[in-house]
Amino acid sequence: MAEKKNGPTNVLIVGVGGQGVIMVSKVLAMLCQNHGYEVKQSEVHGMAKRGGGVFSHVRFGSSVWSPTIPVGEADVLVALEWAEALRWINYMNPQTGTFIADTQKIVPPFACRVRDRGADAMYSEETPAEIMENVRAGYAMDATSIAEDLGNLKAANTVLLGALSNSLEFSVDAWLEVIRSFVPPKSIDINMEAFAKGREWAQAGPKRVDENAKGRGVSGRDLHKQVETKLEITEEWCKGCDICVKMCPERCLRLNDQLISELHKPDACTGCRMCEWLCPDFAIKITNTPIMEPAE
Amino acid sequence: MNKASAVAPQDTADKPVTGPFTGNEAIARGVWEAGVKVAAAYPGTPSTEIMENVAKYPAEDLHAQWSTNEKTALDTAIGGSFAGVRSFAAMKHVGMNVASDALMSFSYIGVNAGLVVLVCDDPGIHSSQNEQDTRVFAGFAQVPVIEPSDGQEALDFTKYAFDLSEKFETPVIVRATTRLSHTRSEVKVGARVEPDDKGFDENPSKNVMVPMNARRQHPVVLKRTDDIAVELAEGPLTQVEIRGGKLGGKVGVITMAMSYVYVKEVMGDVSVLKLAGSYPLSESHIRKFTDQFERIIVVEELEPVVENALKIMGIAVEGKSLFPRIGEFSPEIVREGFVKAGLLEEKKHKGAFDLAPMARPPVLCSGCPHTSCYMALRALDARVAGDIGCYTLAVAQPLEAIDTCVSMGSSIANAVGMAKAGTETKPIIATIGDSTFLHSGIPPLIDAVYNNANITVFLLDNHITAMTGGQEHPGTGITLRGEKTAKVDYTQLIKALGVEWVETVDSYDMASMYQSLREAVEFKGVSVVISDRPCVLDPVKIKGQAFTVDQEKCVACQSCMNLGCPALTWSEGWYEGRHKVEIDPQSCMGCSICAQICPTDSIAL
Ligand SMILES: Cc1ncc(C[n+]2csc(CCOP(=O)(O)OP(=O)(O)O)c2C)c(N)n1
Ligand code: SF4
Ligand code: SF4
Ligand code: SF4
Ligand code: SF4
Repeated sequence: MAEKKNGPTNVLIVGVGGQGVIMVSKVLAMLCQNHGYEVKQSEVHGMAKRGGGVFSHVRFGSSVWSPTIPVGEADVLVALEWAEALRWINYMNPQTGTFIADTQKIVPPFACRVRDRGADAMYSEETPAEIMENVRAGYAMDATSIAEDLGNLKAANTVLLGALSNSLEFSVDAWLEVIRSFVPPKSIDINMEAFAKGREWAQAGPKRVDENAKGRGVSGRDLHKQVETKLEITEEWCKGCDICVKMCPERCLRLNDQLISELHKPDACTGCRMCEWLCPDFAIKITNTPIMEPAE
Repeated sequence: MNKASAVAPQDTADKPVTGPFTGNEAIARGVWEAGVKVAAAYPGTPSTEIMENVAKYPAEDLHAQWSTNEKTALDTAIGGSFAGVRSFAAMKHVGMNVASDALMSFSYIGVNAGLVVLVCDDPGIHSSQNEQDTRVFAGFAQVPVIEPSDGQEALDFTKYAFDLSEKFETPVIVRATTRLSHTRSEVKVGARVEPDDKGFDENPSKNVMVPMNARRQHPVVLKRTDDIAVELAEGPLTQVEIRGGKLGGKVGVITMAMSYVYVKEVMGDVSVLKLAGSYPLSESHIRKFTDQFERIIVVEELEPVVENALKIMGIAVEGKSLFPRIGEFSPEIVREGFVKAGLLEEKKHKGAFDLAPMARPPVLCSGCPHTSCYMALRALDARVAGDIGCYTLAVAQPLEAIDTCVSMGSSIANAVGMAKAGTETKPIIATIGDSTFLHSGIPPLIDAVYNNANITVFLLDNHITAMTGGQEHPGTGITLRGEKTAKVDYTQLIKALGVEWVETVDSYDMASMYQSLREAVEFKGVSVVISDRPCVLDPVKIKGQAFTVDQEKCVACQSCMNLGCPALTWSEGWYEGRHKVEIDPQSCMGCSICAQICPTDSIAL
């Protein structure tokens, strides 16, 4: 464990709503309390349940004032999800902190909203290998797959606790006793195994990255050339049935005063052809012409 | 005479348990230990778990209930106090706005048995519509406010508040904040006191606020406030810590609540006056502290309540020139304030990483019954007056289907005003959740009918108060303690108000939803559509079979992605430069909405 001159030990646990951040931090808090430390564990929930980010500060020592960890003073950062790890990484003490993160990605719907050609999900781009180069000590591990191999996805958090156990002073037995009291009786065995797997994985040295963790892929923007979309409406054929207006995913069509369909937000049109395909009277024609790169 | 009660319900042995309790659990414990017999609340983050925890104590000890709103909760507690038993109401900060009418007058009347109002503020707006400071309300209502700084104090101060309330015949506000409410720490608990029931105090000249009585009471209230200021300053809740060292005699800090622990975290060796609360303050006692120092610094979250009070006393203080008036405090913010004051060295911990964090806003759950409602409104191209609940999340991309949201219950009357303005060409629709409708949506609906407004009200009935974590309400037919009770019949209720067009639709039936809304907006006058499906998260998690996307058939049109369902995400496949879609089987609830929307029939079980 990192050498502490004075003050409490700080563990920051982060993840996405529904992953069990609070549960993980309750386990740790209970463990600390069992060892006679003063503990403060602070979380903010509310919006958290709805897929937003969740964080929980655990501080323990002979006395604890602030329930939240000062920026740059977390001794260990435990992240249940990769982008959340990156969001909180500067809370970690750069000289003495340990970084523990699941490399699994939870891509929020918000990240899949750009509709341009070749647009990729807007997920944090930094790869585990890149991040690990710049941390003092840390483990970027695929805890979710480890747990899945054991037969229970939900044990991923226990895998991470196993990794965390190397950084704190408590005995394995003390950890297992508390974990046992928190997990459903049916899954105790799997969780015991998960803990051991996580602990072992993170004993390889001060740093370890899962080799299978994905690097940067080829950007969709390089794969797919931009096109210019032209939408033509044969007004005589349009009978104002409204189908295209209702079905356009980008809400860019409307009926004009004459109840004829018109493109009122040309910038939003992606050229997806939905209107063309769905129009019962073949009144809409879409042409997507690739934009030529200007010659050098 | 007080008699100590038997074993506390959460005790496993015959000696008192110690936490870890959240601040809210500690407050609930304090309520029980104080011998409260009537407790009422309306949920609101971060206060919600207080009443949930109060209800874990035996029904023989106290009555605990959800009320339809904060005013009925406070009025219920006031009734309990009138009848001679200790009573309690809890709410979030904005709930105090709703309850304030009762509080302002009850302040003049004063209590019979003790009455405490617990208000949770939300500095930083973690989950609220503003960050108003309840301490300002306390001064406005001339009611004392006391402010715990950790779990132990949350329990002790709550209990003390009842004694203070009875000693001075005043309602007392205990103010918590999100951070206090949601921090777990060890808490030493005590036994329950059982004050003797006082019985009803037959005293109309005190209990009936007509002008004559109110004129007589106002000076009484002012005198009471002065006495309370002295009581608090000399009582056990006020702490004076005088330190020597290099700041000895130079700097004195006045602080309270969570700000106190941040001061202790970053300035361990400074002299501190820790206030019991921010109102009322005793000038002579404050001066006894301030006279000892060259510089006085006030550290308080949100409004400069204490700072201004001291300035009015003519005491030179620094406060908001050093610490922000906006947002939640943290150790670093308090530290920066002391750096600005020249009392601490700047800390050079530049983070090692310069990364732009990915946005991850909260979203409607996969399978949420609200999703289809807003999808239908999108297609209708309506002007949508929104309200407060999970469904407010439909304002964000990709649904982007709400135009306004003010405060709880605002939607319907906002829609009436928009309709009466006569400027709108789109159909005007108010969307309101079931709990919000019962909270404060019924009077505006009566208004709409009475004044013949041409609007459609979309009542989103998901059978629960979901946003705050799933609380029962009068529409669920189940009480706070889980007992069966009468259940509001919305259709009957709405018809009785004079609405002629009411229809209930299944939230998982897109076609009927479209159809019903179209007909509703064509109706001239007030029409009401009720969408009917339980929340998939509370009170029980509903998980059906997951749908899958046929990668061959998907043309990446993105129609389904407009739902914003978290189970839907981009696959590795492409079609004409756009990502195809896939479904995460773990998180798909099987609601079928995406399958109903897909124009190419690519989504199936
Ligand atoms: C005056 C006030 N009291 C309480 C709250 C907290 N609050 C926000 S949304 C909500 C409940 C919404 O329930 P409902 O209308 O049924 O919508 P749902 O979340 O179930 O979709 C509550 C209590 C508030 N914002 N304002
Ligand atoms: S091609 Fe048609 S349906 Fe698709 S975005 Fe453009 S207008 Fe809308
Ligand atoms: S908690 Fe219920 S109402 Fe709220 S977003 Fe989730 S499913 Fe919808
Ligand atoms: S059926 Fe479709 S919309 Fe419903 S939860 Fe599953 S993926 Fe989401
Ligand atoms: S709606 Fe259907 S075709 Fe369009 S992206 Fe979704 S699955 Fe593919």
